[in-house]
Amino acid sequence: MAKMNMLQAINNALDIAMAKDDSVVCFGEDVGHFGGVFRATSKLQEKYGKARCFNTPLTEQGIAGFANGMAAQGMKPVAEIQFADYIFPAFDQIVNETAKFRYRSGNEFNVGGIVFRSPYGGGIAGGHYHSQSPEAYFAHTPGLKVVIPRDPYQAKGLLLASIASPDPVIFFEPKKLYRASTGEVPEDYYEIELGKAEVVQQGNDITVLAWGAQMEIVDKAVAMAKEQGVSCEVIDLRSILPWDADTVAASVQKTGRLVINHEAPLTGGFAGEIAATIQKMCFLHLESPIERVCGLDTPYPLALEKEYVADHLKTYEAIMRSVNF
Amino acid sequence: MTNPNNATITTVHTAAFTAGDALKIPTLRILQDDGSLHEGADKPNLDKDTALKMYDTMVFTRVLDERMLAAQRQGRISFYMQCLGEEATTVGSAAALDEQDMIMAQYREQGALRYRGFTLEQFMNQLFSNEKDLGKGRQMPVHYGSKDIYYMTISSPLGTQIPQASGYAYAQKLRGLNNTTICYFGEGAASEGDFHAGLNMAAVHKAPVLFFCRNNGYAISTPANEQFVGDGIACRAVGYGMKAIRVDGADILAVYQATKMARDHALKHNEPVLIEAMAYRLGAHSSSDDPSGYRSKEEEELWRKTDPISRFRLWLVKQGWLDEEADKTKTDKLRTEILDALKVAEKVAKPGIEHLISDVYQQPIPALQQQLDELKQHIRKYPDAYPVTSGRMD
Repeated sequence: MAKMNMLQAINNALDIAMAKDDSVVCFGEDVGHFGGVFRATSKLQEKYGKARCFNTPLTEQGIAGFANGMAAQGMKPVAEIQFADYIFPAFDQIVNETAKFRYRSGNEFNVGGIVFRSPYGGGIAGGHYHSQSPEAYFAHTPGLKVVIPRDPYQAKGLLLASIASPDPVIFFEPKKLYRASTGEVPEDYYEIELGKAEVVQQGNDITVLAWGAQMEIVDKAVAMAKEQGVSCEVIDLRSILPWDADTVAASVQKTGRLVINHEAPLTGGFAGEIAATIQKMCFLHLESPIERVCGLDTPYPLALEKEYVADHLKTYEAIMRSVNF
Repeated sequence: MTNPNNATITTVHTAAFTAGDALKIPTLRILQDDGSLHEGADKPNLDKDTALKMYDTMVFTRVLDERMLAAQRQGRISFYMQCLGEEATTVGSAAALDEQDMIMAQYREQGALRYRGFTLEQFMNQLFSNEKDLGKGRQMPVHYGSKDIYYMTISSPLGTQIPQASGYAYAQKLRGLNNTTICYFGEGAASEGDFHAGLNMAAVHKAPVLFFCRNNGYAISTPANEQFVGDGIACRAVGYGMKAIRVDGADILAVYQATKMARDHALKHNEPVLIEAMAYRLGAHSSSDDPSGYRSKEEEELWRKTDPISRFRLWLVKQGWLDEEADKTKTDKLRTEILDALKVAEKVAKPGIEHLISDVYQQPIPALQQQLDELKQHIRKYPDAYPVTSGRMD
């Protein structure tokens, strides 16, 4: 085990994957010599050469299309989109090409080797073009997997599993936690299974569900609720697509209550999908309406960021509303 | 015979490539480092007032950049972007335009913005995202914009303004306006799909737009030789069938001359023109960037010597239009003015909570109004957690 922050854990995962398998290639804007604007690919070019870790021209649609081509040939491109806010020029390549490559060809061809890595989320005074959480757009696209880690240990294991996955994965990294989140991380290869949620804290009165950087927020709210005698069960969803309805449903059948928290705006956010499924699976167990604590239905603000975000106080209020329903 | 391919058919009978580097674009230089003109160079058609306004604008952005980068380092603003070394590109081009020509910039064009008359207070209000900011405190520092002075608000995603500029200029043509749109972008942004789409649309639909590429050598850490292989960016315009001109970006007289000529051509013939200014991004990409990770101090020092401001200053002195002593006093005074304005702007309140939901639509939709009402209730319960808005909600 070694103490790492999330960037170091991601860098370590990429290093191990490139050492283990010659077909793993890392590229994106500023990814080469410089090691990426956040330094997630630091030293990889030095170690594996310019052919396997390189800068691309400044074109996200080009990066995604190039990754599709490499993966179709059988390689495992790990392509970085510098900010999730800038993934949209690549939307066509990802939604219409990456996601449908296998299906449209009757499995003659596939691009399952792809991982698109991209820093997402707010809390860095980035305004609407450096703070968005676009996971729901991609969760609406059959053929993709969408994964979001909460800490360095999770980041490494989930990223290695994403690279090994036979299906294309969008791997969103909570940039707010890149340096802020540290923890013990095994130095060897390990995978964390995709599509599985994790119960990170057992409890009896209510289930609180989140992912990525919001796990910290939720923990604070849960601690406040505990002072009021409320026992929360906390779940990290980890994979947005496919998502682990069974683990969530089992918890809600026990607690009878559910609060879902995400950074993205409320309307059309992934919490809506979870709420619909869980009310069906747990209808007779529910003691109160499922609560959603999310961003407002506006672009991500700058000066009023504090007011906008799905913070611990709003989460605490939702927990108490649900418990006192 | 018809020409279904819309291309010249010059027949040959021996297989031979046209080389990728067959086209060489010349670079216009008028002003030498010592302030004299190159022999035989076009004589600048510049009056004293315009020339001094250009000079003052360059000095303004230089001093503003120094001061605001320092303010960022002190934690007073969250982010900043300098235009160090590139002052002549945006000021020289803006000076060649009509004041109702639209400007669609990328983010490093404070020179053009200042030339149009954006005030020191307006700069500061945007940088501090306060309630007097025209953009209502919604965007990161340097994302300026002002309808009054025909300067489209900056968007961070790169290259998106390029096809928009084609459309804006096409609309100016349809409206019968005798105005053009200038569209600034870097050589990195020219790799985006929007660049290619925008140039082709403008050429096909004969939009009077000026594409102004600031080829400054770097896109964050990526040097131009890892960005593209062709002869700069100008050769691409030729590929789309439009006129192109390349200039020394540190030579404000060349930039001015080229932009004047391009504007005249665009309006006379309803055609786009591409101008490529060869420059060097002497500062970091932004306050979040550290160039020591990808280029040497020696390289930077070499380029520091081509300073566009000192070159123009020497020319102005030669014309007898600038007194160096008075100029120095004026610059010192400017430093004080900037610091004073900074101190005022940082004390101005942030936008009120109603601006969390305003402008998403022309009128807030009912769901948004409800979200705001619930938020206000929440803030009243926890006023200490939301100090920016809790004290002044109604």
